[in-house]
Amino acid sequence: MHVTSPVRTPLVTGGKTYADVTEDICKQVEGKPTKEWKAAFTLSFVVLLYGTCCVFWTWWEGLGVWGLNKTVGWAWDITNFVWWVGIGHAGTLISAILLLFRQKWRTSINRAAEAMTIFAVLCAASFIVMHMGRPWLAYWALPLPNTFGSLWVNFNSPLVWDVFAISTYFSVSCLFWYVGLVPDLATIRDRAQNKVSKYIYGTLSLGWNGSAKTWARYEYISLILAGLSTPLVLSVHTIVSMDFATSVIPGWHTTIFPPYFVAGAIFSGFAMVQNLMLVTRVVYKLEDYITHEHIEMMNKIITLTGSIVGVAYLTEFFMAWYSGVEFESYAFINRATGPYWWAYWAMMTCNVISPQLFWSRHIRRSVTWTFFISVIVNIGMWFERFVIIVTSLHRDYVPSSWAMFYPTMFDIGDYIFSFGFFFTCFFLFSKYLPVINMAEVKAVIKSTSEKLPIKVSGVSKADRLASPAYKKDAE
Amino acid sequence: MTDTNKKFLVGIYDDDDVILDAVSKVKNAGVKIYEVYSPFAIHGMDTAIGHPRTRIGIAAFCFGVTGFLCALTLTTWTMGIDWPMVIGGKDPISLPNYVPAMFELTVLFTAFGMTFTFFLSNGLGPTVKPLLFDPRCTDNKFVMAVDLSKNKMSEIEITSLIKASGAEEVSIKQI
Repeated sequence: MHVTSPVRTPLVTGGKTYADVTEDICKQVEGKPTKEWKAAFTLSFVVLLYGTCCVFWTWWEGLGVWGLNKTVGWAWDITNFVWWVGIGHAGTLISAILLLFRQKWRTSINRAAEAMTIFAVLCAASFIVMHMGRPWLAYWALPLPNTFGSLWVNFNSPLVWDVFAISTYFSVSCLFWYVGLVPDLATIRDRAQNKVSKYIYGTLSLGWNGSAKTWARYEYISLILAGLSTPLVLSVHTIVSMDFATSVIPGWHTTIFPPYFVAGAIFSGFAMVQNLMLVTRVVYKLEDYITHEHIEMMNKIITLTGSIVGVAYLTEFFMAWYSGVEFESYAFINRATGPYWWAYWAMMTCNVISPQLFWSRHIRRSVTWTFFISVIVNIGMWFERFVIIVTSLHRDYVPSSWAMFYPTMFDIGDYIFSFGFFFTCFFLFSKYLPVINMAEVKAVIKSTSEKLPIKVSGVSKADRLASPAYKKDAE
Repeated sequence: MTDTNKKFLVGIYDDDDVILDAVSKVKNAGVKIYEVYSPFAIHGMDTAIGHPRTRIGIAAFCFGVTGFLCALTLTTWTMGIDWPMVIGGKDPISLPNYVPAMFELTVLFTAFGMTFTFFLSNGLGPTVKPLLFDPRCTDNKFVMAVDLSKNKMSEIEITSLIKASGAEEVSIKQI
């Protein structure tokens, strides 16, 4: 922890001290909401209200208000579901997998990314519930003993696996997020000026006092939760992909789906993290915590996963031809040249070509470029799911039943609902909870901040190097 | 969890490296340290104080096994015993198909079990009043607390030891 590698660039710039970290992050929570925040929150809340009306009407009238037909029985709704679940992969990847890989740069972004994960998974779940048409019967998806006959849910079905995967992922992400929040909530509690916030943050921080014993257990449980979340995060999109891959629809029935979906999920998740963090960074003046280094690291992951996705597209196409199955080949030729060609090529351009721009150091360190490409990537990833779902279905085995899918205002309105919900939640989070994990940033600050003054650290660098603790670590 | 009416010597430090060294210095001089409080995890601090290694890992294993067994029972009993069904020509009990549900439940049980074990073992809860020797220990200060009743040395001796080890201030606190 005390080892400073001379070749590494500092993770936190501006010579921040421990007190600075507390001050910089807590002032967002403690201050009155700014005008910009109020405006942004109101806007997203209005969007949420509009979306809620659309969802209400969908449930009131039934799924007939969507553009679905007998041929295309899954379209926007499932597209949105898969898209949001995919976005929900970045948070836990950052906090779990990067923790196991000891990537210290994760500390500045893991809090917000985990929050994003939770909200994104909720958005995804909302589409499942919408698609049920009768949401009051949602509990039928659970293995409950029932009075309608002794029938149970079918554990052979990927749709049931999905229920388990998504609900587990959601609850474990919440736990991970909350455990990480407790020390920071205690910091806010100890700074709180008024009774209300003292009470709220005091209750939420559970009496945390930062004793060495607690910290040792905290580190241990973080490791365990990370170890659990790592296979979990990979399992979620694997299982989502099996919703498709275990069917017999040409274009879906392929073994490449699990890794391809997981890569795509991380790809779009990181793009969404970039979008959110780049805005948060400017609004909350966190440039010293989320540096160009962080942006670059995430862009590298976007390039890697984007390239994996690109290879998967090509492999899929090749296998469709190489398999010699007429239906399979047609499904893919139809994707690229059929009536939905524009969706296919939008997907190809956005997902395969645009992240390759990040090979340029200038572009991957540029805030504007990153923001722009991240939006493009998210559009592309939405089209990927649309292409997989709709183009595989709309021309099936029987040419007489071929059809097109056209969204109605309720398809669109329900999608808008999820945006309203997502941003409303994110704005609430960014105002009332610390957007950066203060405790973990403080823990990496010294090993990475070159400029930490002697008066803060209490020892000169030479003394620090001579200390037995340093030698022990260096070994 | 709070000990009542005890006299503590509280040393406040400004740096994590200093307090880590101070802990071994003070301890080697024969002082029994009650606890150290810090705004973030200091690696090696618990062993330096002499706390035994945490055993919550054992709990993780137990929760995992419980989750796995529950899932195994749930899937095989519902699918194979209570209402046996042949789906896709497979046996009513076809274990490979239950792997996803079993995996998810194993993770779910372990995660919930561990989080509650973590809260319970630390005595954390919504109504718990934190034992704070100095509120700055969640901000930027590092606090060493020495229980005077557990130490044979005099107050003055320990105070000078703590001061010599690099503490900014030393005070007495009754809890």
